[in-house]
Amino acid sequence: MTDVLEHPLDVPEHGDGHLHDEHHGPSGLLKWITTTDHKIIGLSYTVTSVIMLVIGGLFAEIIRAQLATPNGTLVSLSQYNELFTMHGSVMIYLFAGPFAFAGLANIIVPIQIGAPDMAFPRLNALSYWLYLTGSITMLAGFFTAGGAANFGWVAYAPLSNSINTPGAGADLWIGGLLLTGFSAIFTGVNLCATIFYLRAPGMTMFRMPIFTWNMLVTGILILLAFPVLTAGLIMLYCDRHFGTHIYSVAGGGVPVLWQHIFWFWGHPEVYILALPFFGMVTEIIAVFSRKPVFGYKGMIFATLSIAALSLGVWAHHMFTTGVVLLPFFSIMSLLIAVPTGIKIFNWIGTMWRGEVWFSTAMLMALGFLVTFLIGGLTGIYLASPPLDFFTHDTYFVVAHFHSVVMALVLGGMGGLYYWGPKITGYLLNERIGKAQFWFLFIGTQVFTLPQYLLGLDGMPRRIAVYPRDPQWKMLNDWSSIGAAMIGLSTLLFVVNVAVSWKKYPAGDNPWDAQTLEWFTTSPPPHHNFYRLPQIRSERPTWDYNHPEHRSLAHGDHDDHGAQAPGETVPAP
Amino acid sequence: MKVEAKMLLGLGLFFGIMCAVYWNWSLENAGGVMMFAGMLLCFLPGSYYYFWSRRMKARPEDDPNATQASGAGVVGSFPGTSIWPFTLGMGAFMVVLALVFGIWFLIPGLGLVAWALLGGTAEGRRGGKV
Repeated sequence: MTDVLEHPLDVPEHGDGHLHDEHHGPSGLLKWITTTDHKIIGLSYTVTSVIMLVIGGLFAEIIRAQLATPNGTLVSLSQYNELFTMHGSVMIYLFAGPFAFAGLANIIVPIQIGAPDMAFPRLNALSYWLYLTGSITMLAGFFTAGGAANFGWVAYAPLSNSINTPGAGADLWIGGLLLTGFSAIFTGVNLCATIFYLRAPGMTMFRMPIFTWNMLVTGILILLAFPVLTAGLIMLYCDRHFGTHIYSVAGGGVPVLWQHIFWFWGHPEVYILALPFFGMVTEIIAVFSRKPVFGYKGMIFATLSIAALSLGVWAHHMFTTGVVLLPFFSIMSLLIAVPTGIKIFNWIGTMWRGEVWFSTAMLMALGFLVTFLIGGLTGIYLASPPLDFFTHDTYFVVAHFHSVVMALVLGGMGGLYYWGPKITGYLLNERIGKAQFWFLFIGTQVFTLPQYLLGLDGMPRRIAVYPRDPQWKMLNDWSSIGAAMIGLSTLLFVVNVAVSWKKYPAGDNPWDAQTLEWFTTSPPPHHNFYRLPQIRSERPTWDYNHPEHRSLAHGDHDDHGAQAPGETVPAP
Repeated sequence: MKVEAKMLLGLGLFFGIMCAVYWNWSLENAGGVMMFAGMLLCFLPGSYYYFWSRRMKARPEDDPNATQASGAGVVGSFPGTSIWPFTLGMGAFMVVLALVFGIWFLIPGLGLVAWALLGGTAEGRRGGKV
């Protein structure tokens, strides 16, 4: 069926707006296969990517169990190569990105701007099918005779050529990435078009919630970065099978070209992963501090600056190749600390003099803040070539990016606790949620902090066995204990979903939140809104619910600083 | 439209400056070409939005004082359900498997892709029941 949609009517006129409150379509499996509803597609993305998180997490637990003793015999050396390759690949390509820019964003962005759906619903559905089949393709490598890809998640040439890595596993890895790459590009197109063309009347660009802004910038970065990776992969495939010599010295090619192409995608990808979570955390901190976002325009400027700089920093991953322009990439990488610092400052400013409510979502956001700060500051060290030469390919780098991505996991879990009630109509259990937070947060620090010390002491990454050194053994043991705690926290999340299943009805706006998605029902109807409020600020739902504490135009200040103290919200 | 245009043109301008500095300083071509292409990718939609932002009056979503009634009318035509994305996705899956396991996978793969493209296009043109 095709629905020709008219705009939902204004608030005073509600009662007339029943153009499409019932949607008649197929049900069950056929509904899932034929759906073009952004909420169902987004939920499919979210569930699939959380399954990928569990699979990638299991690989990590095996890796940490292997490293708990110096001469671990749990897996063979070649199995270990497959495990760390697929752990990185699953977590980066199949979990972190799709969870953020295609899972939660798919559900939330159209509702936050008052749109009935994504701009291209069928393209959106195609994105999901390419993502699902791409994930299956990549993981299918484990069932081939030669095993899964084992050249590291970065697939450096010439290690990834057909002589050094023969076998179907590597080709499946390339094929899976081609599919998920196109899936990401389509999602990027969809995000940009939706935000540019489907905003509700009055929702000007500078009234969009920060999460939507971040998703717009993420969409632009996807369009800049992903086609480069796809082109690079096609060339890699040609080198492996069609006898071209693009990345091999023998035929006049340049192996380092692969690194240029890979990291030209790879570093913007870091921000493609991070920006959605920055957006989630911004929303959570504002809502649970009972205040508008501090420095709204500064926040947007910071996001755009990160995007702008991200295209000029790729070769800081390649300092030790000896063929890159060190000062340029060092300066650009150090500059990124400035907009990121603005963000941290604004998050603290948002909480400042607010009425902070320590719900699970807020705790996760605070955990994000601390963990991201650790990961971000160690990133500044690595932007300095002399320090990078010393720590390159050691556990210091591993610890740095695990601090960053574990911060994203904390933020993403916060997003699930915050938006879960909107998506499903039911709250999650707060007590189990808080237990999950403490396991995840403490586990993350116990997991990464010893790795910094190991890296400074010279332990290289990607090794399955290491010398019998009591200190290294102790630090590795602590790291493995941290990994076990993180695994336990994920288990607690699964338990929480099972325990809270349809138990605590949420209502439309359980957090007394600010943005438009909390104006509609939980879960929202087929095309999201029966009616819309007037949009006069970036907090339309708040303005509607609290006419006595309306948001002010940017630049104006009321006499009291914090805008709406004293609002009590029922705890779930 | 103005904010969208300014944002994309601004990003493109920044990429252009960065590209000029980098290319002249490093004399390394791969990165220079990619940054140049990034600049073009921002200028293309950016100049399109700029062109239209000067020729049309502000849309309701660009008007800070718009009421919901000012957006009244048809938003667009949205497919309620469609089987063709799934068909196209499975076709693409088989094309990729052909790269790994054998060229014969191309026959069902390209068949599904062609079927889905025809079906999807017809669905879009017809606009009625699938």
